[in-house]
Parts: sequence; structure tokens; C-alpha cells
Amino acid sequence: MTWTTTDFHITTVGVLCAMACALPGTFLLLRRMSMMGDAISHAVLPGLAVAFLISGARTSWWMFFGAAVAGVMTALFTQWISKFGKVDRGASMGIVFTTLFAVGLILIEQGAGNVDLDARCVLYGALELVPLNMVTVFENYEMPRAAIVIGSTLLFNLAVIGFFYKEFTIASFDSGLAETQGFHPRLMHYILMTMVAVTTVAAFEAVGSIIVIAMLIVPPATAFLLTRRLPILILLSLIIAAGSAILGHLTTKAIPVIFGLPETTSSGMMATMTGIIFLLVWLLGPQGLIRRNGTELEEPEEI
Amino acid sequence: MWDVSVIAELGSALTETLFLKGYNTRLVVGGVTFLGATAGLVGSFLLLRKQSLLGDALSHATLPGIGIAFAIMTAMGITGKFLPGLLLGATITGLLGVLLVLAIRRTTRLKDDAAMGIVLSVFFGLGIAILRMVQQIPGQSSAGLESFIYGKTASMVLLDFWLITGTLIATTIATLALLKELTLLCFDSNFASTEGWPTLWLDIILMALVTAVTVVGLQSVGLILIIAFLITPATAARFWTNKLTHILVLAALIGAISGWLGATASALLPGLPAGAIIVIAAATIFLFSMIFGTARGVLPRYLRHLKLQKKVGRQHILRSTYEILEDTQGVEILKNIPIPLEALRKHRYWSKGELSKLIRQAHAEDHIVRRPTGEICLSESGFGEASRITRNHRLWEMYLITHADIAPSHVDRDADMVEHLLEPEIVRELEKALELEKPVIESPHVITT
Repeated sequence: MTWTTTDFHITTVGVLCAMACALPGTFLLLRRMSMMGDAISHAVLPGLAVAFLISGARTSWWMFFGAAVAGVMTALFTQWISKFGKVDRGASMGIVFTTLFAVGLILIEQGAGNVDLDARCVLYGALELVPLNMVTVFENYEMPRAAIVIGSTLLFNLAVIGFFYKEFTIASFDSGLAETQGFHPRLMHYILMTMVAVTTVAAFEAVGSIIVIAMLIVPPATAFLLTRRLPILILLSLIIAAGSAILGHLTTKAIPVIFGLPETTSSGMMATMTGIIFLLVWLLGPQGLIRRNGTELEEPEEI
Repeated sequence: MWDVSVIAELGSALTETLFLKGYNTRLVVGGVTFLGATAGLVGSFLLLRKQSLLGDALSHATLPGIGIAFAIMTAMGITGKFLPGLLLGATITGLLGVLLVLAIRRTTRLKDDAAMGIVLSVFFGLGIAILRMVQQIPGQSSAGLESFIYGKTASMVLLDFWLITGTLIATTIATLALLKELTLLCFDSNFASTEGWPTLWLDIILMALVTAVTVVGLQSVGLILIIAFLITPATAARFWTNKLTHILVLAALIGAISGWLGATASALLPGLPAGAIIVIAAATIFLFSMIFGTARGVLPRYLRHLKLQKKVGRQHILRSTYEILEDTQGVEILKNIPIPLEALRKHRYWSKGELSKLIRQAHAEDHIVRRPTGEICLSESGFGEASRITRNHRLWEMYLITHADIAPSHVDRDADMVEHLLEPEIVRELEKALELEKPVIESPHVITT
């Protein structure tokens, strides 16, 4: 196995993307809305399709805008259906995202003749093609374009969370208190949803939605098993996300060789690695299955 | 311009589809309809168990199974696309995924949503990675594997049809045989487990049914859109009825109708993906049910709310008027005399707008007569109604004081919350319990005006 500049670029994009997702993912987890990540990443399809049909280009601000609108719409519709129809939130989420996804599929199918956008590229992304699209920065240093897009998304997420840290925290843990203190938990909710949608879109082109869903959910969930403190939770999620991305690309190169097969897709393996890290923590961590079996009676389960 | 032959062609396509003439049409439309019915049935239990998104996790978790089965079958030298083999693989990893969700939920601090999300994303990622590998196996065409993700309704074969029919029959039998147990599981699983029912096994049986539906539906509607089949019909049915058996039948019916509509529409318009049309058909039925559903629909609920509000308003104004009359005259012999508006307004701290709206309403119902002097007066029927309402209110207050130990100074508010719902039978029971059968009852507390 040889490590080339190409590998370096793929890993960089993967790591940036993983970290960009893990940030809003932490707050999704705390609000018990992890599945919202999955819902939004499916539901942005019609937003992308409409934006594409209007602008005719695969990368544009239109795509960001369309997807952000679709993402916020998913959150809004889910909220409305569960509030006005008194429907379980999971069910209303399922209805909203499958319907939006179906609309997206039909739009894409309708424009299929002249459209260079298919549902497959949304799902898989093309991490392998990242090094083909380079831009020059600082006069002579070449960087994948995707790294810049996703890197800026990461910075954007960091800035938003840094700026609203207190508000996000209180809205996640006690939205009633947040309301009485004038922190607008609902506004925070929609800011979070917009963040998820924007991150999803930024990652689509390069890495596909699988990795987005995985990185939104799994690293924060793994970190959640290791700590009860929010700053550490965020830090650990970022580390686990980055680690899974690196390991994911390494195994992409290593595993198919064992079976005598050609390389597989890095984004799939990066998602798989988050799962393996979760499994290890679940079994071996401080509150893991193996250690807990001996000490079950000593530790109170919930505080 | 419309060519005659085009119209004729369209017409014959229409009759062929509607009357299920072609063999293939019959197969596809029948298969999808049955699939919808099965999914609606199973989905109802999922919905009531508040586990709708488990179908989401499960359907994603089938993907690695398909890839692995393909690889193994290819290695064994048979064709990799042997359908029963692929479906077996899908079932195994699907079930594994669901069991993992249950295990994570039971052994960690993580909640449902995180457990489902972990299984969903990791299995799906693994599935994509495996599919990408096996697709590059030389000498094997694996072109059809991706149809499991998006579905390819038109490619349904007789085997699919029989699988779907078999699942429908199995699900129906299981539902009938385990109706009591599954009902208990859905409505109060804690009670079920304290009563000694094996809730874990019941959950697993339910999940096995969901897995069966998902797996047989994979190829026809795809793993993302089968989720809609599991969730949407059941949720739509919930708006029409509160009875479980009715929900089950209705959900199956709605699922079948969406399937039939979707399959028919996509047979007529071959350019459109059938799975997506089915989802949109189901979503349309859902939207209609959410607005108009008789049991929990938004519009009927709103109308019921308005009606109750009107009733409460009427009872308040009549009782207030009566109490003012009592206050000015003493309880014994009450004469129905006009009272000034201002006294009434102060009695309940109504705003002028609220009060004039209530009076308008009571006037329309012939309970209150407006006097030219600006005062109002109860009509004959209004006076009778007012004394009855006041009496009910006091009966209930007495009952709360004597039987629920509520302080007389606090009882007014508590009585207010229930008195509007007192039926004549309950009033008679109260009279009996309190041994108060006289026509006029004094207020147990001071009425502040």
C-alpha cells in the first residue's frame, strides 16, 4: 500500500467533512433528533433538483440555497404535522422526508434527459474524484476545491456554535428554561436545522450523503458513552469523526486487497469505521457492556 | 395536435391498466397493492409502538446483506443475482440491524433515535462499500443491484408476487393470532412485562414481520420508499378512528389504494418512477386524512373545540347572571329582573368585547333578552337553563368538598374544569351521593362580585 498525495487529499476532505458534521450532530443527539440528520439528508434532494433545474450548474450558490430551504422545510413540516396532527415525531419525520425524496426523484427523472445530476451521485458522492478538481491557493499551493468548500463549512459551523454556544446548550438541555430566559429555543432549533442542511449540501458533491448521516450521528453517540460533559463531548466527537475518516481511507486501500478485489468507495468505509469505533466503545468503554456486567449494582444508571 | 392513433393508444393503455388486462400489468399492480396492504398492517403496530423510524433503520440495514449474498453466490459459482439468495442476505443483516438497535437501547444511555441512526448509517455505509467491491468482480453482471435502493417496480416477476402474497398471508395470520399480545405491547409495554408477557420476544416477532415486508418490498419500491409504505398509511388511518382493529383494516386499505394508484399511474406514464408515485399517492391520502379525519383530523378537532368553547361560554354567562340575581335578591324566591351589563362584566372580569360576543351568542340562542336601557335579562328558557347550570356547578363543588377534601375557598376553579362535561346521569349520581335533591342549592363558598 502506497500513500500518495491523492490519498492525502482524499483524507483531508474526509476529515474536514467528518468534523463539520460531528459539530451540529452533537446538538442533534442532545435534542434526541439524530434521525433528523438522516431525514434532512434525504429531503434536500428536491431542493437540489429545483436549484439545478433553475441554474443549470451542479455547483452554485443556488444548490446551497435550495438545499437549505428544503432542509428547513423538512424541520418545519415535521414540526407542524406532529403538532397539529398530534402524530409521533418519528412518524411525521418519516412521512415528510420520504415524500420530499419522492418529489426529488420525480423532478430528477423528469429532467433526466439534459441533467447531469442523478440520485446516485447524491448518495455515494465521488471522494475518489476529489483530487481531479484542484484549485491554486496562495499563488502556488494546490488544494482540492472540495476541501475549501467543506473547510469553510466547518469554519462556519464552528463560528455559529461558538457564537451561540450558551444558547444552544440551554436550548438542548432545557428548552422550557431557555424560553423563560428569552433564549428563543425554537430559533436555535431552526438555526441548527439550517446548519445540518448546509453541511449536508457542502458534503454531497464530494463525499455523498452516507458519510454525512454517519458522521452526524455516530461520533457524537460514541462520545456520549464516554463523557457527560458538553465541551468534552464536542471535542471527543470531533476526534472520533476525524479518526474514523482517516481509518476509513486506510481500510479502503487495505481491505479489498485482502480479498483480491479492486478498491472500494472511501465514503462507505469511513461510515463503517465510525460504526466499528462505536462498537469498541460500546463493548470496552468505561460504561461498556463488558466492564459493566461486573459492576452493575454499584453505578446508578441515571442521575 | 393530437393524433387519433395516439389517443387510441392511450385509451387502450388505460383500459388495459384499469381492467388489469396484460399479464405484466396484473402482476405489478396486484403485487404492489398487496405489498401496500401488508405494509399498512405491520406499520400500524410500529406507529402505535412509536417505532415508525425503525423501518428506516431496517431497510438501510438490508443493503450489506444483499452485497454479501451476491459475493458469496458469485464465489459459489451460481449467478449472483439469484433473488431468494439476495433476499435471504437482506433478511439476515436487516434482522441483525434491528437486534442491534434493541441492544443499544437496552444497554446504553443512548435513546431510540441515536440507536436507529447508528445502525442505519453504519450498515448503509458498509452496504455501499460492499456493493462497490462486488460490482467490480470480473465476469459478473451486477447491474441490477442498485435497483434495491431506488426500486424497479416494472421488473417485478412472478416470484416477487408470490413472496408478497405469502408475506401478506403470514402477516395477517400473525396479526390475528397475536392481536391481544401486540395490542398490549403497543399501548402499555411496561404493564405487559409486569404481567409476565415476553415483551422482548413480542418485539422481535413484530420486527420479523417488519423485516419480511421490507425485504419483499425492496426490489419493487426500493429501500428508501418502502419506509413510506410502512409509516404513511398507518398514520393516515390513525386520523379516522381510535379503535385498533379499525386502524389495522383502514391502514391496510389505504396502503393497498396507494399501491394500486401508484402502480396504475406509473403503468400509464412509464417515464415516472413508480416508487415515487406510490409515496406521493400515500402522502396525498395522508394529507387529506390529517385535515378531514373524523377521529383526530385537524378540522373536526378544531370544530369540536369551537363547539365546546361555545358551550363553556354560554354556561359561564348564564351562571354569572344567575349568581348576580341571587346576590341582589337572596336565594329563596328569585325574580328574573334585568341586570346592568357592567355588573356582569365585573363578575368574571370579562373584557367588553368578550362579553358582547357572549351576549350576542346567548341572544341568538334565546337565552338572553337585550333591554333598550342597556341592561340584559334572562329569557324564560334562559332562566331555567341558568338555574340548572348553577345547580350542577354547586353539586359538583359540594361533591369535591365532601369527597375530595378540597377547601371551599378553592373549589370554584376546580369545579369549573369539570362542570361543563357533566351529563344528566352523573348529576343524578351526584344528587344521590350527596343526598341533595332539593331544587335550589346554596353556594358552599362566598361568591365575590
